[in-house]
Amino acid sequence: MRLDLLAVLNAERAARRATIVVTEVATGAQRLVRPADAAKDPLRDVLAERFLSGKSGIAEVGGARYFLNVHLPPPRLVITGAVHISQALAPMARIAGYDVVIVDPRTAFASPERFPDVAVLAEWPDRALPKLSLDPATAFVALTHDPKIDEPALAAALAAGCFYIGALGSKKTHAKRLERLRARGVADAALARIHAPIGLAIGAASPPEIAVSILAEITLRLRRGPEARL
Amino acid sequence: MDQAATEQDVLAAAERWRKEGRKVALATVVETWGSAPRPVGSHLVIDDKDNFLGSVSGGCVEGAVVAAAGEVIASGAPKMLEFGVADETAWKVGLSCGGNIRVYVEKVD
Repeated sequence: MRLDLLAVLNAERAARRATIVVTEVATGAQRLVRPADAAKDPLRDVLAERFLSGKSGIAEVGGARYFLNVHLPPPRLVITGAVHISQALAPMARIAGYDVVIVDPRTAFASPERFPDVAVLAEWPDRALPKLSLDPATAFVALTHDPKIDEPALAAALAAGCFYIGALGSKKTHAKRLERLRARGVADAALARIHAPIGLAIGAASPPEIAVSILAEITLRLRRGPEARL
Repeated sequence: MDQAATEQDVLAAAERWRKEGRKVALATVVETWGSAPRPVGSHLVIDDKDNFLGSVSGGCVEGAVVAAAGEVIASGAPKMLEFGVADETAWKVGLSCGGNIRVYVEKVD
């Protein structure tokens, strides 16, 4: 691979933009295709299909073999609450391949010392979340226990179609939360998408164990879809 | 902090190593059959001192890929490698999981 092509590829990935690197197997000739350029490319049909499926692989077109390496943005994890569980969940999620962002307006919690190498926005969700543009490639986790912070963010995550939405709190706490979200006008079908109590039931006790249970539940939704049961 | 070996880090390392003046090869899983440990598109980056980052097989054939990368760095010509099931009696490098993979190795320049 040419260094200039590699540099462009890395820049596109850092900006969370999709690309496909096309390599002609016989010659090693390579090019980088962005979604906007795909329609002009000789391989446009197969490129369009690969941008949708995200699947890398060999394609045979006109007697030539091409390797298409599809680079879609990695899944992202947005957390409200720069709390103890987040201190374990953020590095675990990074290792699992997520871009991690923590939102907490309480500056004493949202300090760089507590969260080295993680993007922390010390702002209220109504200011922070529009900048993040939540999407179906995002998992959202509410961990503050503070309705003023968690609930506007939960409503935004539901509206954006985040592939996983979880909220910390007991069944009783969650029942009260649902009442308040209903009062905000969130539909029951949407509320049913919130995972609460959060995390798979593995008997997690300590904050790092709870982080494991949350990351496992996020993985289940990412890999098996919204309906899968264990 | 430890760098997680995500694909992002592997490709970023390939760029960084090359810009540092190291000679670099990039290996990519391009086809798999049966049970394969790493999906198509997975990368391994190797330099001319046999340092490497990432994985194409979860450890089974990395040694052979690193050796081939040395030849690719020297010649500049890409190589397609194929690995099948490990044959312990013949000391052949392979995949104990029973799958087959094809790995494309190219120079970064």
